[in-house]
Amino acid sequence: MTQALVNVPAKAKRGDAIEIKTLISHPMETGYRHDTNGVAIPRDIIHTFVARYNGEEVFRADLHPAIAANPYITFFTVATESGVIELTWTPDHGEPLTQTANITVE
Amino acid sequence: MMRDPKPATRRRFLAIAGSAALAPILVRPGRATSATMAAAIREVVGEAEVREGKIDLELPPLVENGNAVPMTVAVESPMTAADHVKRIHVFNEKNPQPYVATFHLGPRAGKAKISTRVRLADSQKVVAIAELSDGSFWSASADMIVTLAACIEETP
Repeated sequence: MTQALVNVPAKAKRGDAIEIKTLISHPMETGYRHDTNGVAIPRDIIHTFVARYNGEEVFRADLHPAIAANPYITFFTVATESGVIELTWTPDHGEPLTQTANITVE
Repeated sequence: MMRDPKPATRRRFLAIAGSAALAPILVRPGRATSATMAAAIREVVGEAEVREGKIDLELPPLVENGNAVPMTVAVESPMTAADHVKRIHVFNEKNPQPYVATFHLGPRAGKAKISTRVRLADSQKVVAIAELSDGSFWSASADMIVTLAACIEETP
């Protein structure tokens, strides 16, 4: 079961750049490793991370196997209006995971 | 007379451990080199000139565990509609692939600063390239010594 932890400030002042911290549990299997029988372990990484603020994309990251397991990403976005910040992680295999957080802008 | 089975077990264990230690040296896949990193950077910047500066790339100079190395990249920019950072590309020299990540930003970011954790397969150089809205490219690099490499190649 993939789980994500997201830290978005609940309240912010309009126009401030707020920091969003994210962490997701994922092995980020590189595709360069072999199991004990010498069989190559297929690549399975989260290749894309997208943040949307009230539906509009504000941040995107293309990830490669050089990102550590359980990807931790922090970035900034300007608090423009109250609403929802939606974060989506897309892996090579399986369904994308989306986590949302509400923010109140004053 | 019964003999203590311990020495035999220990001998066998050492033999297995010894061969396991040698394995990664014998079957090492191709690695990115400075040349492949340079080619990967060239693919991103094209013919444009890359100047040094504007970027603050933070990585520990001495890495104890290459499996998760904290990295922070920040670019000096007002982040307005007219003048902002469009993309930040991060490359490495000696992992199997030269790519680490590409971050897409815009004026809505407010601040061009990103933190993450990377894998480093060896002591090497990491390069960050920032692509600004005016079309200019800026770079910064960090060298680090990795004492325990990321297990990118073989399971321990």
